[in-house]
Amino acid sequence: MDKTFAARRRRDLIVAAVLAALAALAPLFVKDVYVQNILILTLMYAALSQSWNILSGYCGQISLGHALYFGIGAYATELLFTKFGVLPWFGMLAGGAIAAIIAMGLGYPFFRLRGHYFVIATIVIAEIGLLLFQNWEWAGAAMGITIPVRGDSWLKFQFMRSKLPYFYFALVLCGLAWFVTWWLEDSKWGFWWRAVKDNPEAAESLGVVVFNSKMGAAAVSAFLVAIGGAFYAQFLAYIDPESVMGFQFSLLMALPAVLGGIGTLWGPVLGAAILIPMTELTRSYIGGSGRGVDLIVYGTLIVLISLALPQGLVSLFSRSKSKNQAKGATR
Amino acid sequence: MTAQAIIQSLASGLLMGLLYGLIAVGLALIFGLMDVVNFAHGEFLMIAMYVSFFLFTFFAIDPLLSAPLVAAALFVLGAVVYLLVVRFAMRAKANAGMVQIFSTFGLAIVMRGLAQFFFTPDYRSIPQSWLGGKTISVAGIFLPEPQLIGALVSILAFGGLYFFIHRTDFGRALEATREDPGAVALVGIDKNRVFALGWGLGAALVGLAGAIMAVFFYIYPDVGASFALIAYVTVALGGFGSVFGAFAGGIIVGLVEAVTALVLPPSLKSVGIYAVYLLVVFIRPRGLFGSM
Repeated sequence: MDKTFAARRRRDLIVAAVLAALAALAPLFVKDVYVQNILILTLMYAALSQSWNILSGYCGQISLGHALYFGIGAYATELLFTKFGVLPWFGMLAGGAIAAIIAMGLGYPFFRLRGHYFVIATIVIAEIGLLLFQNWEWAGAAMGITIPVRGDSWLKFQFMRSKLPYFYFALVLCGLAWFVTWWLEDSKWGFWWRAVKDNPEAAESLGVVVFNSKMGAAAVSAFLVAIGGAFYAQFLAYIDPESVMGFQFSLLMALPAVLGGIGTLWGPVLGAAILIPMTELTRSYIGGSGRGVDLIVYGTLIVLISLALPQGLVSLFSRSKSKNQAKGATR
Repeated sequence: MTAQAIIQSLASGLLMGLLYGLIAVGLALIFGLMDVVNFAHGEFLMIAMYVSFFLFTFFAIDPLLSAPLVAAALFVLGAVVYLLVVRFAMRAKANAGMVQIFSTFGLAIVMRGLAQFFFTPDYRSIPQSWLGGKTISVAGIFLPEPQLIGALVSILAFGGLYFFIHRTDFGRALEATREDPGAVALVGIDKNRVFALGWGLGAALVGLAGAIMAVFFYIYPDVGASFALIAYVTVALGGFGSVFGAFAGGIIVGLVEAVTALVLPPSLKSVGIYAVYLLVVFIRPRGLFGSM
């Protein structure tokens, strides 16, 4: 297992390509719409968690307010579409850009905050966003927006007859988020982020521009999460503030990375692949009673895993990985 | 808007603020003691409200009388949670902050699930308590009795806590453990025992708040969430680790909420709290009374 950092990166890329190809073939075998739905959500949360991981995992700025960017992506897309007839593709990019700009704007005051102060500020800002959208009449207030059906078309990014186009988009999004993470991992920013996470003062003294590197992480992270929000809005064809900006999204984005391994390349994918099907299955098999058994199971697992495996499930797979990473970082 | 209306809402805001302070003090105590934020704090409040509710329903004990019982029950819950979960979360070497957040958060989800399982998602309320629905009028200002008693309990509890921390042996042990958990072992103080008692105490304080609030709030499994967010904001506003800051923060939050409700629609009343909180931490990143 004495691989160099570069060799490990090549291997990661090959593994990712093989996994993506296999995933692309999955719909040939999976015809059940319910299962397809779970696959789509799994890919979406993997993408979201991967994006969240850039700011919170690699750069160490734990955000529990990413639902804000998710909601902005969803609302930008649907407001532009329903009010001005702008195609969702452009709305999606606009949402991403707006989210990135807001993330950087918030960065100015937020990145001065440390530890729990930062976490709580992110929760609060997302909550403010939620309250504002709930009271914004033009944007449908608490009632939300129903996206008008314009038939099946890639141009309008709307599909009524089959879920498969959504599946492929989610796969591409997940691949994109993974690839961006992979690419950044070996960039100047990637090294800066790890330095900032470990010890901001030391990083600063060694010439890392701590503030700018946090800004970069926030912008990339918010942009990708907003694209996810835009996708989710098109997928559901209905949005309201609580369903796209509620606190649960901030949590659902963080959990796969925490479970799989925070600040790692494969953690979010692995975490989502286990957590999302489990969530959906417990919800449909034991949650139907409305008696909260799914919550009990789900919560217990979160407690046990975070206590037993603080470095996430990836730490089970590759004990040598952390050693290699250290080698790579010091080469 | 008359002066009367302004004074009325400031008075109501102050009463509510004292309760917010009571909820937040427990959180601040735990944080000050061991740097851990309890993300299940709102669920502690929810459990306290249910305990109060059932004591009333099955044993006809008025919430006013059951408050000490509820506090005692929550003391046990807090200590158990420390011994079963938090103790292990504090041992994590990697991602310590993450482990604390998610282990207590997972716990919150479990507690909500359990409440749903045993008590159903229905909204409950205590229909005829001694204080329910009564008000006192002072110079034309109406003060609801439950909130008034809540405010008094809050002041007494804070005073008691202050005395406890600064004047008793256990308080000194608490303080010493906070300053150097390693060194206290040398003088024969069991760190785990102190921390468990600290958690118990923090939970007992929120238990008092829950018992009082059961009189004038609906009780349901998710009731803790909104109060928990206010409590986190209160603690951050006052400065993490400062028990006095949390109490003062609570009063500020109550007043700001009341003033916001005067000028903005009721659905936006929390926006004022959040805005003031953000303003304060941006100017003082450690909160009003937080130490550097």
